[in-house]
Amino acid sequence: MATVAEPLAAYGAMVPLAYTVARSRRENHDNWTLELEPVDAAIDPIGPGQFDMLYAFGVGEVPISNSGDPDRVPTLVHTIRAVGPVTKALCAARPGDVVGVRGPFGNQWPLHEAVGRELVLVGGGVGLPPLRPALYKALAHRDELAGLHVLYGGRTPRDLLFTRELEQWRARWDVTVGVTVDAGDADWRGNVGVVTKLIPGASFDPANSVAFVVGPEIMMRFTARALLARGLPPERIWISMERTMRCGIGLCGHCQLGPTLICRDGPIYRLDEITPLLEVPEL
Amino acid sequence: MRTLDTLIGENPVFQGLAAAQLEFLAGCGQNVAFDAGDRLFREGDSADTFFLVRHGLVALDAYVPNRGQMTVETVGAGEIVGWSWLVSPFRWHFTGRAVEPVRAIQFDGACIREKLEADPKLGYELLTRFSQVIVERLQSTRLQLMDVYGNGR
Repeated sequence: MATVAEPLAAYGAMVPLAYTVARSRRENHDNWTLELEPVDAAIDPIGPGQFDMLYAFGVGEVPISNSGDPDRVPTLVHTIRAVGPVTKALCAARPGDVVGVRGPFGNQWPLHEAVGRELVLVGGGVGLPPLRPALYKALAHRDELAGLHVLYGGRTPRDLLFTRELEQWRARWDVTVGVTVDAGDADWRGNVGVVTKLIPGASFDPANSVAFVVGPEIMMRFTARALLARGLPPERIWISMERTMRCGIGLCGHCQLGPTLICRDGPIYRLDEITPLLEVPEL
Repeated sequence: MRTLDTLIGENPVFQGLAAAQLEFLAGCGQNVAFDAGDRLFREGDSADTFFLVRHGLVALDAYVPNRGQMTVETVGAGEIVGWSWLVSPFRWHFTGRAVEPVRAIQFDGACIREKLEADPKLGYELLTRFSQVIVERLQSTRLQLMDVYGNGR
């Protein structure tokens, strides 16, 4: 008699599991954070730096980084910018709606590298959400770090994310937070300029620090240069790469970058390992 | 207590200058303090000075008709404010405003200009160092112009 496969195993990595929108929070004018609870079976716990494929039924699927506390299982937290049909549909989802989830995919921030060292998190634009799980982990194990620094750059004050949490982190004695915007407004009393400008004055010791960087690729390149100029060696800088992702398991090849598939081998790469690929035009 | 030439010499822009050169710069400098909202200089005025910010944040503002004062950049601790003193016609291109209480070393740019004319070696040193500051600001401005957060992630 034929054996019946375990249902979950039969689903495989390509079949989404149903999740209910438990909460939807508008972060700013074009970003929403969804908290998702499994309808039935849950995906494996998602780690800091990993991503899920979120499926708006009938519209399509997109890769979205985890932005929540990795220890809060099985709740999934994803912060989504409404830019295309799928992300707009996801951002429009309300509590009770059901979305599909596949994942988790990709590798995780190497937090073990930060033990005994200062951890510098540099986010640009919507690059802050993929860093937030690493920050939650770092805060939970703060005594294992020599320092913790958050440097965040946004386009304008109205584009900044997690502003309430940024204030809470800034108020802590054991975290330094620097925020800057490319263009201020009449009410803005903070820094104006690109995020790289925060690096020379940040209070970390480059001889004993590691950095995680997320943002548009051009921002990460300039940030990496600024970190190198401060004296941080390239083998202690990690960046999170992004390319079009479809399958999430290294089969379709959409996210190929030279010899690497970002969904499978990344999205997090050590700077000295990925730099040669970043320097090839049109790769 | 650290002397002015020590403080100046510790800044990356002036690091490596000879003791006599630092002493000269210190002779042209003085400690100054500004309250939040104070103007350090005003767009269009004669630019005969520059600042090394020790604490606080300085905004570089421009007046835009129908929009009021717009901050184009802020400059914080350890950074230099002002290079208009070095370049003809020696007038401020922006208004400098203390966003928060600021402590800085203010330099007499006119005095330093005269010295640079007479001492080309020091002139070359300072021009090289200020060029670095200008290049960094230019790179930052280019990144701002790219509007990298507009459509990226």
